[in-house]
Amino acid sequence: MNRKRKANKARKKRKLITAASQNITFNRRTLFLGGAQAAVGLLLAGRMTYIAVAENERWEMLSESNRVNLTLIPPRRGWIIDRNGKPLANNRADFRVDLIPDRMKDKEDTIAKLTDLLRLSDDEVGRIKKDLEDSRGFAPIEIASGLDYEQFAALSVRLPDMPGVAPLRGFSRQYPSGAAVGHLLGYVGAVSAEEYEEEKNPLLITPGFKIGKDGLEKQFEQDLRGKPGAKRVEVTARGKIVRELSKREDVPGKPMKLAINADLQEYAARRLGPESGSVVVMDCHTGELLAMSSMPSFDPNSFSDGIGFNEYGMLRDDDHVPLRNKVLKGLYPPGSTVKPMVGLAFLEAGLSPDETVVCNGGLRVGNRRFNCWNRQGHGRVDMAKGIYQSCDVYFYYFAQRIGMDPIAAMARKLGMGQTFDLPVTSQFYGTVPDPEWKRKKYKQSWQAFDTVNATIGQGYMLSNPLQLAVMSSRIASGRNVMPKLLMPKRHKLAPNLDIAPEHLQIIRNAMSDVVNGPGTARRAQLNIPNVKLAGKTGTAQVVGLQFGRGGRDVQWKFRDHGLFVCFAPLDNPRYAASVVIEHGGGSSAAYPVARDVLTFLYDRRKAMRALEALEQSWGGTIEQRMASKMNAYVARKNAEKASQNAPAPETDSAAEANE
Amino acid sequence: MSGIIPAPIAQQPWKVIFLLCIIAGFGVVVLYSAAGGSMSPWASRHAIRFGVFLVMALVLSRFSENVFKFFTFPVYVVIALMLLGVELIGAVGGGSQRWLDLGLIRIQPSELMKPAIILAVARFYDLLPIGQIRTWGAIWPALLLMGIPASLVLLQPDLGTTLTILAGGMAVAFLAGLPLRLFVIGAAAMAVIAPLAYFFGLEEYQQRRVTTFINPENDPLGAGYHITQSKIAIGSGGMTGKGYLNGSQSHLDYLPEGHTDFVFATMAEEWGLIGGFAVIFAFFLLLRWGFGLAVNAKTRFSKLVAAGLSTTIFFYIAINLMMVMGLAPVVGIPLPFLSYGGSSMMTIMICIGVLMSIDREMKQKRRSTLS
Repeated sequence: MNRKRKANKARKKRKLITAASQNITFNRRTLFLGGAQAAVGLLLAGRMTYIAVAENERWEMLSESNRVNLTLIPPRRGWIIDRNGKPLANNRADFRVDLIPDRMKDKEDTIAKLTDLLRLSDDEVGRIKKDLEDSRGFAPIEIASGLDYEQFAALSVRLPDMPGVAPLRGFSRQYPSGAAVGHLLGYVGAVSAEEYEEEKNPLLITPGFKIGKDGLEKQFEQDLRGKPGAKRVEVTARGKIVRELSKREDVPGKPMKLAINADLQEYAARRLGPESGSVVVMDCHTGELLAMSSMPSFDPNSFSDGIGFNEYGMLRDDDHVPLRNKVLKGLYPPGSTVKPMVGLAFLEAGLSPDETVVCNGGLRVGNRRFNCWNRQGHGRVDMAKGIYQSCDVYFYYFAQRIGMDPIAAMARKLGMGQTFDLPVTSQFYGTVPDPEWKRKKYKQSWQAFDTVNATIGQGYMLSNPLQLAVMSSRIASGRNVMPKLLMPKRHKLAPNLDIAPEHLQIIRNAMSDVVNGPGTARRAQLNIPNVKLAGKTGTAQVVGLQFGRGGRDVQWKFRDHGLFVCFAPLDNPRYAASVVIEHGGGSSAAYPVARDVLTFLYDRRKAMRALEALEQSWGGTIEQRMASKMNAYVARKNAEKASQNAPAPETDSAAEANE
Repeated sequence: MSGIIPAPIAQQPWKVIFLLCIIAGFGVVVLYSAAGGSMSPWASRHAIRFGVFLVMALVLSRFSENVFKFFTFPVYVVIALMLLGVELIGAVGGGSQRWLDLGLIRIQPSELMKPAIILAVARFYDLLPIGQIRTWGAIWPALLLMGIPASLVLLQPDLGTTLTILAGGMAVAFLAGLPLRLFVIGAAAMAVIAPLAYFFGLEEYQQRRVTTFINPENDPLGAGYHITQSKIAIGSGGMTGKGYLNGSQSHLDYLPEGHTDFVFATMAEEWGLIGGFAVIFAFFLLLRWGFGLAVNAKTRFSKLVAAGLSTTIFFYIAINLMMVMGLAPVVGIPLPFLSYGGSSMMTIMICIGVLMSIDREMKQKRRSTLS
């Protein structure tokens, strides 16, 4: 029974299978399998339709972004030109080589070949290797720029052996006047990481692009930059350029016209010679700055190419501070150059120019005696004599009567202590001291001797050379002149100051007597027919008198600063100037410079003759002197290194012996 | 008809030969473009290979079913030994390899196993008495037949071929009439085993291929690069393509393996959706012929072989197309008649040759029964 049921169950479970039924099963299952495969086929057709039609736009875009590579062409930088259209900064066609690390095969070999072809120095090879290590792979590394055509051609021929090497034709910044315009224009350089963070413009990391780093180049970066061009090229997956698809030319930056007279600027820079000093020349009616030279300076050309370590070290270590623009950032006690200004303050305060005081070499103020520079005394001194003989006692005496406030007011009216609206990175404005200023600053009350010190441009009083030139301009024209660095579209005369014209004339005549009369700077006379120079000398003490008089017989850094302010021509003033020679030993270092610079405006040939003679005695032009200085610096550095290294082995062997 | 044309010529399956020539000819056209508009190195050799293997297929088609039956198991054993040989050489020589260098030619035994497994499993079910199809005895020999080569190939390691061998054998077993529930249970078991296999059975590079396939954008420059670039090629082709010889993805080398595994993408970029549909339709015609043979063949062996070989060809096509369209991981299976490569072409042509033989015998039988 039990067994029967089991058998039944088994029979039930096991279907009866025949060839026919098997065939039916086969056909059914074949249909299923074929149907499933057809379904997969339909699925694939659907999938393809989806990719190719519905998503077409997306993939097409990706395909294009694969295929097309957009490279920016750095725009040519706008020129900086002088008032006559002469370039102060322009661009020269340049051949350069970059290296794209990702595309290199044999790094060592490629660098070795480049070193050979371009005659790279060990210094440069070291920098390139370091750059390679730090590189992010796709960003190009500069190998060299400023190649000549032969080098460029030789490199281009051998490109197939050196994957990753990318020679480029581009433009680089050039400053034809070199160091003479260093402080004025600044320089350009490769973009730093911080600068890129700030602006995030892809142009900034384009090979060969440089940005203004200082001076006008930095101030007018956006105007000078221009718009980049672009090149669309078809590239393979490995980055090989197949063909150029389209090209948009760059739009060069706008040229910028300065009020500067390029020739005068350069002349002034050269005329300063080996001194540390500055010259400012301006149009005394419009305020247009014709020259703003500060020397010694740096060569913006070498800064823009990436300055070498030695050259930078030389500039940094120089006690003549070539890295500081002394026109704006040099502050000096103006010394006696303020006397015309103080005289004007006296006149405006009602002092008669004919009132006199007797100078016998000094004056007691309070319990202290203030000396005149001339210990023998000037005898009876009126205002004119006070100015042309620069008699200190005259000013000591009357300043106490008039008081500090009118003097300080006049100083400010003439531009002292003023910050001007100029496109510069910074300017130091100095000090015009008065009782309120002293109270604020030192919490002390103003004393008579403070007034006395201020009237001869010493004590707290400080100003920069530009302010001195502005003061001179305002006296010369009677206008509220503001210095202008950019060439205005129309020459605009500055408005008149509210100072009585006859008072101004008295001061101008006294300043003329400084040079043309019985004054202190008769060597400053212009040897030009019908053009008279008027001016005022100044000597600024650097250290107390215990170090000596500050003349040429003491150590350079203890010598007095020499200053000179002037204008010309006397009858109808047109130009005003200031010259400051740091540690020149007195004003006699300054006024010959002013004389020659102003001579240049009227008679170039004469001025050049004087300069050439001087340059011969100084050891050549600016470039020649900088080059020899550089050589001397490198030689000294090497000698120092050698003397440091030389004893080292001895101590080493001694140490070994001790062990 | 038979009066003018001599019988041996008239008997040739001209329709299929014509279809194959069209597909392979299109392959030559595409490979010409893939080489940047040049017959060398791929297009001309592809044409020559196709010609040689077509002749081989036609020769193969002259053999009768009995010859195939006779040689099935010996050939299966020889290929299995060759697979073992490859493993041993790899183990001795260090580093895995898939080739067996026989001096004159290099043979990839795993490729040959694809048609061989179909014949072997089909022969087994052909020999199995009808009544025993639903017994344990119908299962384990088939599993053994599949298991030996599959595990040897998996050791190489070659996941794509392993799956093709298993799938081909399974398809024949399924059609032979094994109980349906075995396949349902098997599928369920696979769903459990697959994740386990992924974590414990796959090589790291294979695992990466799977994860990359699931999210190619994760690794756009590494393993996902292939899939992304392939989709870019197909997608940017659009409706009508960029025009012949104008495919930027292939010509500028963005598409990797544009002449082998990703030849469909190369084609689709230039010929667009229309080209893609044409290729899919041509393959549909080929497989319809194969399944038509399976349904209409007279013997159980030829029925199973026809359906099994068609399924093998289908696997090539389906897995390749799914791969290039981003529906399957990159497994390295070429597209029949379009991809450049001798080994796979030979395998496919062996399948075609056997199918032609079945076609010929079927027609002969029909003719003889008619007369």
